[in-house]
Amino acid sequence: MANDVMTKTTQEEDVLIQELGYDDHFHEHHEGDKYQSNFITTYIFSQDHKMIAKQFLITGMFWGFVGGLMSLIFRLQLGFPEESLAWLKPMLGKWIQVNDAGIGTLAPDFYYALVTMHGTILVFFVLTAGLSGTFSNLLIPLQVGARDMASPLLNMFSYWFFFLAGVIMFASLFVSTGPFSGGWTAYPPLSALPQANSGSGAGMTLWLVSLTLFVVSVLLGGINYITTVLNLRTKGMTMWRLPLTIWAFFITAVIGLLSFPVLVSAFLLLMFDRSLGTSFYLSEIFTGGQALDFAGGSPVLYQHLFWFLGHPEVYIIILPAMGIVSEVLSVHSRKPVFGYKAMVYSILAIAFLSFIVWAHHMFMSGVNPFISNFFVIFTLIIAVPSAVKVFNWIATLYGGNIRFNSASLFGIGFVSMFISGGLTGIFLGNSAIDIQMHDTYFVVAHFHIVMGVAAFFGMFAGIYNWYPKMYGRFMNETLGRIHFWGTLIGAYAIFWPMHYLGMAGVPRRYYSFDSFDAFKHFAGMNKFITIAAILVFAVQVIFIINFFYSIWKGKKMTTRNPWGASTLEWTTPVETGHGNWPGNIPTVQRWPYDYGKDGREFISQVEPLSEQEKKAGVNH
Amino acid sequence: MATVDTVLEHEHDVQQGDAWDGGKEPFKVSYGKLMMWYFLLSDAFTFAGFLIAYGALRFSSPTWPVPDFVFSTAPFGIHHAPLIFVTFMSFLLIISSVTMVRAVQEGHRENKNGVVFWMILTIIGGLGFLGCQAWEWTNLIGTEHMTVSTNPFGTHLVNGEYLDDDHGHSYKDGEARETFKAGSSYLIHKDHDTGQWLQRRYIAEDGTTGVQAFGPKAFGGLFFFITGFHGFHVFSGVVFLIIIAMNAASGLYVKRRNGYEMVEKIGLYWHFVDLVWVFVFLVFYLL
Repeated sequence: MANDVMTKTTQEEDVLIQELGYDDHFHEHHEGDKYQSNFITTYIFSQDHKMIAKQFLITGMFWGFVGGLMSLIFRLQLGFPEESLAWLKPMLGKWIQVNDAGIGTLAPDFYYALVTMHGTILVFFVLTAGLSGTFSNLLIPLQVGARDMASPLLNMFSYWFFFLAGVIMFASLFVSTGPFSGGWTAYPPLSALPQANSGSGAGMTLWLVSLTLFVVSVLLGGINYITTVLNLRTKGMTMWRLPLTIWAFFITAVIGLLSFPVLVSAFLLLMFDRSLGTSFYLSEIFTGGQALDFAGGSPVLYQHLFWFLGHPEVYIIILPAMGIVSEVLSVHSRKPVFGYKAMVYSILAIAFLSFIVWAHHMFMSGVNPFISNFFVIFTLIIAVPSAVKVFNWIATLYGGNIRFNSASLFGIGFVSMFISGGLTGIFLGNSAIDIQMHDTYFVVAHFHIVMGVAAFFGMFAGIYNWYPKMYGRFMNETLGRIHFWGTLIGAYAIFWPMHYLGMAGVPRRYYSFDSFDAFKHFAGMNKFITIAAILVFAVQVIFIINFFYSIWKGKKMTTRNPWGASTLEWTTPVETGHGNWPGNIPTVQRWPYDYGKDGREFISQVEPLSEQEKKAGVNH
Repeated sequence: MATVDTVLEHEHDVQQGDAWDGGKEPFKVSYGKLMMWYFLLSDAFTFAGFLIAYGALRFSSPTWPVPDFVFSTAPFGIHHAPLIFVTFMSFLLIISSVTMVRAVQEGHRENKNGVVFWMILTIIGGLGFLGCQAWEWTNLIGTEHMTVSTNPFGTHLVNGEYLDDDHGHSYKDGEARETFKAGSSYLIHKDHDTGQWLQRRYIAEDGTTGVQAFGPKAFGGLFFFITGFHGFHVFSGVVFLIIIAMNAASGLYVKRRNGYEMVEKIGLYWHFVDLVWVFVFLVFYLL
């Protein structure tokens, strides 16, 4: 009896994989060794999805560090406008203007450049490439039971296009006129007229080139993810047996495939306006008292094209985090995820709705108020599938035998953040309330919590959870918990007060509030936010140290399934080589969430249904 | 490229082996073909973005050049032949799709010579289309002086009569003045020697005078941008067709025994480019 309820050992799993698995003759070709034979093909131009995932992750962390640091600099300006920033002069050079008294201030142009770069970097390089790039690459082949991506070559190109985009964006930080400074949305005319602002010249050109390359990277990756999920699933892995992570990555890739091309359309037209004198986005316009030779263009057209990507983009950011959190919460509360099918259907509903709500970013851009009605309704409807997911996460946790570790804490923190940020989304989705709220700190608070911090929480949950799979070692748990509590408390300390600023009408993107009587009394609050931001950044440094320290010095993973998870990635050896499984590909016999079933802690997906289960008519 | 081939072989085994008894086989196509479909889907959205921009700008403009007037020139001195030339070039492209279908069909029959023959015809069709487009652009830019930012194809908003003749000189007293109706089209010429625009002066029915105004700027920009983007697709397609035709001729695909799948994949792309042209043709030449 006791033997019966015990969890199957890894040896027994291996026997199952060998007996029931599918022999694809993979290891007869020895190609794995052929193209992973030296340092360059193993670590740099690797075609192995696990290595590409690490490349995406570490590049994303680099950009996260840079983007975060930028936010600190402009937070210093906002929190301490009187203090001298002369000490930043060695790093920022001419962007710090030091007066005769030795007081250094941030150049206003550079403040805008920092805000723009912070947004661009975090949205695209960190939370798109760093999040979905990392985990789609790591988990899709491992969890669907594939040797690698459908096209490992295109997968490699996907990373290197991202890398190239990063190099160009980084270069734009060093041009003498500064990086682009017209906001991450790059609305014309600031983005279309090189003479509009110092950052609108070479900085904007590099920005456009960089992001166009980035879209190429996203499309190469996305085409690969979709094809792999649809075509390379192992025997028995029906769509309804996919872990929710895979559903999320799959739908994310579909959204990206349909929305990023439209951004390219917008960018190409913008490039023509910038360099060839066309008037797609520019109408009659004066700069410096001089009339320019443009006629008939529409800046609102750019906004439509941009937000047709821009809105789905926030789901491209949040869906992978949702998938990761579903998986992490289920594994660590030792319970099946609550409402698996409802989770899938809500992902699909969110994906569909994400394409018909874009103009809620443009309520105040002069779109027809009657059209706004349409967008308000669909925006509010998104709350329904989002709420379904939230309740399902809570129900998954409810009554679970929760293991509180860094991964599950970040998963729970994600749910908290998503609720807090989601509720303010319902405010902003109303075009009437948006008249007051738009372009205030309320918006800043809303989207930072719901898609910035929440997505980061999902990413951290994923990193702590799958770190052993990536590096064969664990991250330090104590540092992980410091990281969690510091980030959770700190993030709320930063963004909660911003709601009040926004409701009082404090506009976002302003360089300084000293000269406005209405906003002067918020100086204390701004100081508080800046201090909280510095603390949160310091905690992230702890995470980075923990991450790199653990690669070499972390506690070694001795068993291959440390979390007792039922999904396929944990049936691969600790040192997962190319091709993922040393012998046959495992076949899948059941759905991925058999936790706490029949008195057993978990049942791996490779284990056939028992006689009782068959009798009971289990079909997933 | 070892990996790509390896995964391809793996795919092949999975799909042709009898071992597949795990319920419904996911997709009965190879990963490469699926990827081509997804790429085309994304490309369709790019074109859709452009065509939506076209619609937005066109319908915010009070007038728009009439295609029958703008596109009425053909080589060998043919004038006043509305849409004749573009019909010919569209026909070339559509026929090249037919020859592409034949190439794919011969591929399924594993007939190397047939594949190469029909692909060469397809390449000729594509090159012919590009040649026609080159002539059309040359004519528009060189002869009619339309550029991305200047559109000399205007539309009269009122009835009236010209005060200047076709060459920009004032009509002499007693000379019959040319009249025009609201809604009619005109082309503003450039003086050959001075390079100056010859905007003819006119007097409207209500007695007000004016000069011919340029047409909406967006027309030139959109025309060159969208047909250029499409032409670039055709050009890339021709390049890939040539590469794949050479591979086919070299016998590379005989070894793969997969029914010349590369030919089929480039065929998908070629038909897509054709389909896009139908929409481009619709918005620029018919509407």
